[in-house]
Amino acid sequence: MLGTIRALGAAVLALAGAATALPAAHAQQPAQQSPAANTVEVIRSRGTLVCGVNTGLAGFGAPDAQGRFQGFDVDYCRALAAALLGDAERVRYVPLTAQQRFTALQSGEVDVLYRNTTWSFSRDTSLGFDFPAINFYDGQGFMVKVSTGVQSASELQGATVCVQPGTTTEQNLADWARANNMQIRPVVIERMEEAVGAYIAGRCDVYTTDVSGLASTRAAQGPRSEEHRILPEVISKEPLGPVVRQGDPRFRDIVAWTHFALVAAEELGITRENVERAAQSDPRPEVQRLLGRTGDLGQMVGLPNDWALRAIKAVGNYGEVFERNLGPLGIQRGPNRLWTQGGLQYAPPFR
Amino acid sequence: MSDATTDPRHFRTPPRRPLRLSWSDERVRAIVWQVLVVGVVVAVVWWLVRNTAHNLEVRRIATGFGFLGREAGLPIGEHLIDYSPTDTYARALLVGVLNTLKVAVVGVLLATILGTAIGIARLSRNWLLARLASAYVEVIRDLPLLLQLLFWYTILQGLPGPRQALNPVDGVYLSNRGLKLPWIEWQGAHTAALLALVAGAAGAWLYARWARARQMADGQPRRAWPAAVLLILGLPVAVWAAMGAPWTVDRPTLRGFNFVGGVTMSPEYFALLIGLVTYTAGFIAEIVRAGILAVNLGQWEAAQALGLRHGQVLRLIVMPQALRVIVPPMTSQYLNLTKNSSLAVAIGYQDIVSIANTTLNQTGQAIEGIAIIMAVYLTISLSISAFMNWYNARIALVER
Repeated sequence: MLGTIRALGAAVLALAGAATALPAAHAQQPAQQSPAANTVEVIRSRGTLVCGVNTGLAGFGAPDAQGRFQGFDVDYCRALAAALLGDAERVRYVPLTAQQRFTALQSGEVDVLYRNTTWSFSRDTSLGFDFPAINFYDGQGFMVKVSTGVQSASELQGATVCVQPGTTTEQNLADWARANNMQIRPVVIERMEEAVGAYIAGRCDVYTTDVSGLASTRAAQGPRSEEHRILPEVISKEPLGPVVRQGDPRFRDIVAWTHFALVAAEELGITRENVERAAQSDPRPEVQRLLGRTGDLGQMVGLPNDWALRAIKAVGNYGEVFERNLGPLGIQRGPNRLWTQGGLQYAPPFR
Repeated sequence: MSDATTDPRHFRTPPRRPLRLSWSDERVRAIVWQVLVVGVVVAVVWWLVRNTAHNLEVRRIATGFGFLGREAGLPIGEHLIDYSPTDTYARALLVGVLNTLKVAVVGVLLATILGTAIGIARLSRNWLLARLASAYVEVIRDLPLLLQLLFWYTILQGLPGPRQALNPVDGVYLSNRGLKLPWIEWQGAHTAALLALVAGAAGAWLYARWARARQMADGQPRRAWPAAVLLILGLPVAVWAAMGAPWTVDRPTLRGFNFVGGVTMSPEYFALLIGLVTYTAGFIAEIVRAGILAVNLGQWEAAQALGLRHGQVLRLIVMPQALRVIVPPMTSQYLNLTKNSSLAVAIGYQDIVSIANTTLNQTGQAIEGIAIIMAVYLTISLSISAFMNWYNARIALVER
C-alpha cells in the first residue's frame, strides 16, 4: 500500500513539473491578447460598443417606457459608437450597480463606463483605470422631506441617512460627519431604487448622493416632488466622467476627444441640426478641422476623418445633450457651462 | 483491514501480489489514471493563478492584503464592537463577521425552536393545528427566500415614523427605525452576575449528572430541578444583590430625528432574522417530523406499556432515537441559514458580504475581497459542521 502511494506521489510531482514548464514557454505574449490592449479592434470586430450605464437614474441612464436606455451618459455612449462605428444605434447597454461597475470594466465585460463615476486619486491609480475626461462637474448634497422642516445640513445631528455602498458618497458622508462632529446613522443599501425607496418610506431622514442624482430622484417623484427639498450645502467635489481600462492609450484618446468634440461644437455654435451645413460651408479653420473637411485629425486616432461630425450628428453638441436630458429635471448648467461663460467645460484646441 | 466488522459497502482489499509494469495490471492502471487526474487539476489551478496574477499586473491593479491596514472610511450602521470610519478595513471586516454571526447564531436558535414546534404540530391530532402547520411549511418552502426578505423589510418600513412610534409598553417603541427597548446601564455587578449565571448553569449540570449517577446506583429518582433553579437563578441574583444591586434603566427618548438611549433592533436586522428563521423553520419542521415518524410505533407502545407518561416517552424513548435521524440533515439547514444570511445585502444589513463588497469596490481588489468572504464562510461552516458531527457522534447508537 505504502509503495503504491509513494509511486503515485512521484508521478504527480513529475506531471506538475511538466505542467510548469509548458505554459512558461509562451508567457511572453499575453499583453497583446488581454482585452485591455486593443479595445478599438475588439469593438470593430464585434460591431457593437458595450457600454456600462446606470441601472436607472433618470436623466443620466435609465430605460424609457419602451425599454430603450436614455440619458446624458447614454448619449455619450451613442456619440462614441457613432465616432467608432458610424452608427449611434450599435451600442449594447449593460446596467450596473455602483458595486458591480468596476469589476465589470476590469474584467472586460464592458468596453467603457459611462455611469456617473467620480474621478478620484485611488480609483485612477490602483484600480487599473483611466479617467479620460470630465463630462459633468457635480458635488454631493442632501435631500430631506419638507415636512421635517430641515433647512440646512448643519441641522442633521442624529439623522439617519440612506446611502449606496461602494461610492465616494459613502466615504464623503463619513468624512463630513467627522469634520462637523455629527452623529449620523447610515443605512447602506446597494440598489439605488431600494435606497430611494427606503428614504421615501421613511426609513431614513435623509438621502444623500450627487446633487444631480438628487435632482433626478426628486423629479422622478412626479407630483410629489414638492415634498422633498435638496439642502443648499454641497459637501464634496464629484467630477463625473467616462472610465476606461488602463493600457490602451488610443481608446482613451478617442473617449476623451469625443467629449471634447461635443464641447468644442457648442463653443463653435455647431448643433445636431446645422452640422452638415457647417461642414460644407463654415469657413472657420477649426470647424473645418473638427468636422474633417481639412487636416487628418481622424487618422491620428485611427478613425475616419468625419468621426466628430458623426458624433455631433448623432447626439448634438454638449449643450444640446445637457438640455435634452437634464433640462427637464431642472438641473442648471452651473459649473458645466462653457469656460467662455464662466463655467469649467473646456476643450483643448483641435489642431 | 482484517477487522471482521468492516463496513460491507467498502470493497474488500484484494490479496497482495507484486506490481507488474503492464497495462493489464489493475493497480498500474489505477495509478496512471489517478496521476493524470491530479495532474490535470494541478495544471488548471496553476494556470488560473498564474494567468490571474499576470492579468492583474498588466492592468496595473493593486494586489495583496496591504489594504487591510488602511483607513476604511466607510460608515457602518450596526456594530457589536466599537467602530468609526477612521478605523481600518480589517476592523470593518471584523464588524461584518460579527454582524453575520449575530444573525446566524440567533437565527439558528430561533429556527430550531420554531421548526421543532411546527414539526410536532404537523403530527398533532388536532386537525386545525396540523393543517395550519402543513400550510405554513408548504407556503414558506415554496417561495424564494429573497422575496420573503424583501416582503418583511417592506412591511417593517410601513411602520409609522419615530414621532408616531407605536408604544405598546412604557419605554418600548416600534417604528420604521426599528424596535427600541430600555436597557440597564451596564456595570461591574452585571458582569459578575453574568459570570455567576454561567457558573450556576455549570453547577446545575454537574448536580444533574450526580443525581443520575446516584439513581443508577440506588434506584431512587431524585429531583434535579429545585437545585438547578437555585443555582441558575438564585446565584446571579445573590451576587448582584451583594454588589449593591445597581439598577439604572436607560430608556429610549425621542430627541431630534430619532430615539436616543436604550438598545435598538434595526429593521434591517429584524427583517433578515424573521426571514431566515421562518424560512429555515419550514425545512427544520419537516426534518423533525421525519425524525419522529422514523421511530417505530412499537417503541411508543412498549414505553407506554412500561407505564411512562407521554412526556417521558417523548423525552426518554422517542427523541433520543429521532435525534439520530434529525441531526445530520439539521446540520445542512444550519449551514444553509448561515450562508443565506449573505442575502442581507439586498435589504441593507451590513454583514460580511456587504462590507467586503464595499471594501473590494473601494480598493478595487476583488480577488482578495472574495477570498476573505470565502474564508469567513468556510470557517463558520466548518465550525458548525465540526460541532454537529461531535454532537451526532455523542447521540449515535452505541453498539456493543
